[in-house]
Amino acid sequence: MLTIKNLHAEVEGKKILKGINLEINKGETHAIMGPNGSGKSSLASVLAGRDNYTVTEGEVWFNGKNLLELSPEDRAREGVFLAFQYPVEIPGVSNLNFLKTALNEIRTYKGLPPLEAKEFLKLTKEKQQLVDFHSNLMNRSLNEGFSGGEKKRNEIFQLAMLDPQLAILDETDSGLDIDALRIVSNGVNKLRDAEKSFVVITHYQRLLEYIIPDFVHVLYNGRIIKTGTKELALELEERGYDWLKEELHLKESV
Amino acid sequence: MINSNEIIDDIANKEYEFGFSTDIEMEIAPPGLNEDIIRFISAKKNEPEWLLEWRLKGFAAFKKMEFPKWQHFKMPELNLQAVSYYAAPRKKKQLNSLDEVDPELLATFEKLGIPLNEQKALAGVAVDAVFDSVSVATTFKTKLKEMGVIFCSFGEAVQEYPDLVKKYLGSVVPHTDNIFAALNSAVFSDGSFVYIPKGVRCPMELSTYFRINAQNTGQFERTLIIADDNSYVSYLEGCTAPMRDENQLHAAVVELVALEQAEIKYSTVQNWYPGDKDGKGGIYNFVTKRGICKGAGSKISWTQVETGSAITWKYPSVILQGDYSEGEFYSVAVVRNRQIADTGTKIHHIGKGTKSRIISKGISAGHGDNSYRGLVAVGPRAENARNFTQCDSLLIGNQCGSHTFPYIESRNKTAMIEHEATTSKIGEDQIFYLNQRGIDTEKAVALIVNGYVKEVLNQLPMEFAVEAQKLLSITLEGSVG
Ligand SMILES: Nc1ncnc2c1ncn2[C@@H]1O[C@H](COP(=O)(O)OP(=O)(O)O)[C@@H](O)[C@H]1O
Ligand SMILES: [Mg+2]
Repeated sequence: MLTIKNLHAEVEGKKILKGINLEINKGETHAIMGPNGSGKSSLASVLAGRDNYTVTEGEVWFNGKNLLELSPEDRAREGVFLAFQYPVEIPGVSNLNFLKTALNEIRTYKGLPPLEAKEFLKLTKEKQQLVDFHSNLMNRSLNEGFSGGEKKRNEIFQLAMLDPQLAILDETDSGLDIDALRIVSNGVNKLRDAEKSFVVITHYQRLLEYIIPDFVHVLYNGRIIKTGTKELALELEERGYDWLKEELHLKESV
Repeated sequence: MINSNEIIDDIANKEYEFGFSTDIEMEIAPPGLNEDIIRFISAKKNEPEWLLEWRLKGFAAFKKMEFPKWQHFKMPELNLQAVSYYAAPRKKKQLNSLDEVDPELLATFEKLGIPLNEQKALAGVAVDAVFDSVSVATTFKTKLKEMGVIFCSFGEAVQEYPDLVKKYLGSVVPHTDNIFAALNSAVFSDGSFVYIPKGVRCPMELSTYFRINAQNTGQFERTLIIADDNSYVSYLEGCTAPMRDENQLHAAVVELVALEQAEIKYSTVQNWYPGDKDGKGGIYNFVTKRGICKGAGSKISWTQVETGSAITWKYPSVILQGDYSEGEFYSVAVVRNRQIADTGTKIHHIGKGTKSRIISKGISAGHGDNSYRGLVAVGPRAENARNFTQCDSLLIGNQCGSHTFPYIESRNKTAMIEHEATTSKIGEDQIFYLNQRGIDTEKAVALIVNGYVKEVLNQLPMEFAVEAQKLLSITLEGSVG
């Protein structure tokens, strides 16, 4: 579904991604871990098409389409969803109105008629329950004055509503207490199926106890330096990243 | 891939939609400002002696005054001698029905979306169409007359209802008020007149549509609205002008009088030609609008959506004289390219228990410069006066300006005055967030702007709220609805 080949990208003249290779198939869940500043959010931004990042080398293919040639909105319409690490607040725009607009834009792109008000509300109700998202947040302005946890829940609620093929969750677990973490993870697990893929960016293996990944990658200094299965996450939790860095330096100096 | 800055630039440079001009035979007075032209206008309009004298007093006051210096923009050079103070479609005799209006004129208003044919007109809206300062048609007049509502051109009111005009003309905005009001008093050509009798709730929206067409003319109309005891009226004005390289002055005066328990809602959707993207041409919209809540328990509410004009400079104000009277000011002012707006309101709390509410939403894009200027004054008699002011600014891009100048003068300890202000920016982050959910940049800006102005647009009559929303979208971003 998603193929990343030798992806290099920079922001403000600074090289951030230095040759990422990654293959994600339908139905798979990949975790990306790595120390702060290693480029995890940058990778997510490049995939979503944030325009302050410049891709200097490499390719990204999504369902046979050259992702890098698409506008951010077309990537979204094709089925790429990013749950932001820091969701923005948009005063004056109601959550509900925003979601209806987004959903209908995506439907129009796919050649579907806009959802009728009744169906939209039904869908909203159903998905709200999935992440235990309070209905009084629905009519409020988008993320305005939401707590950190409410914002993260809103991201997953939107994910449920928009039903993308590939969902990238950027540190969705940070800022969540243990109960919220469980609710959000359960929500995500219910959305998982053979057609959808997930990229879960996290610092903590805690989240991966709930959302069990098929693969775990370690991103360091703009590169994936190790790939394993869920056991790798446990190892990282115990030993930190230093041993990996050392391994890497050894390899590079040979 | 289109970059969001480009779209924002694009949005900020969108062309003006109503820039066509109408080819019609006009009677235009030679340029120049002097007593002769004033006498000429007065004679043309067959005015009584007292009105000519009033005009001449206005002119005398004008000659003694200077242009203000306190505004937050560089005063453009105005050569008032180069302006023609009278322009009228030539065919005008006393028109008895719409059939006698020049078809070219009717077509112009059709093109602007203002059908003057009563069958085609918006149900529930009566329109007075003013073309280059002269009223060309008023719809639904007969229907309104049945209820005693007077809605006609100013010129007609002078002939038919001289006592009412004489009693109220200049009673809210005196001819000495400011230099533009003095100029208007001297040379005003036409405008609208409304009288709602005691106890009548006006059954339809009254609306005046102003169109400047002729070149090198100024537009100086006067509107006078009187709502007698226990009456209600909702009034709306709209306006456009062709694209011309020269600036044109629009110095109108609007006076509102609300008697006991009466309510006047006055809405403006101002879309004069704003000039091109480099600031060439455009209307100078220097207008004096003021209402007085004369009677106890009366209410005046101003709503304005200002998207046009090279410079918009006006402060629709309310004098709260009657006890427990109420004043409101809801405003959206948009500037882009090189447009300037210095607008806001003045509320004078005089009676006891008076209340006011000010909601101002400025939007600045391109190199536009937007100032909110407001005064809330509470007099010594205004026991328990209340004011709430919310003054927000929204910036699009990095080159625009936004300023607020709120003044508060309270001479009564029991008064409660609240002021809130925010400045926000449509950030790349917000746009990207919406893009990432499948919404393109144009729609994203529309979504944010519409959310931001909702509280003001909600004050407009339904049909016009939709129009205004469209206008904002067009102004800010191409064709998004
Ligand atoms: N807009 C930017 N300008 C300059 N440097 C940036 C910008 N965004 C991210 N970076 C830098 O890119 C590197 C990777 O950041 P990020 O992708 O956020 O890491 P992670 O998500 O792994 O913590 C960091 O060194 C960060 O400072
Ligand atoms: Mg990050």
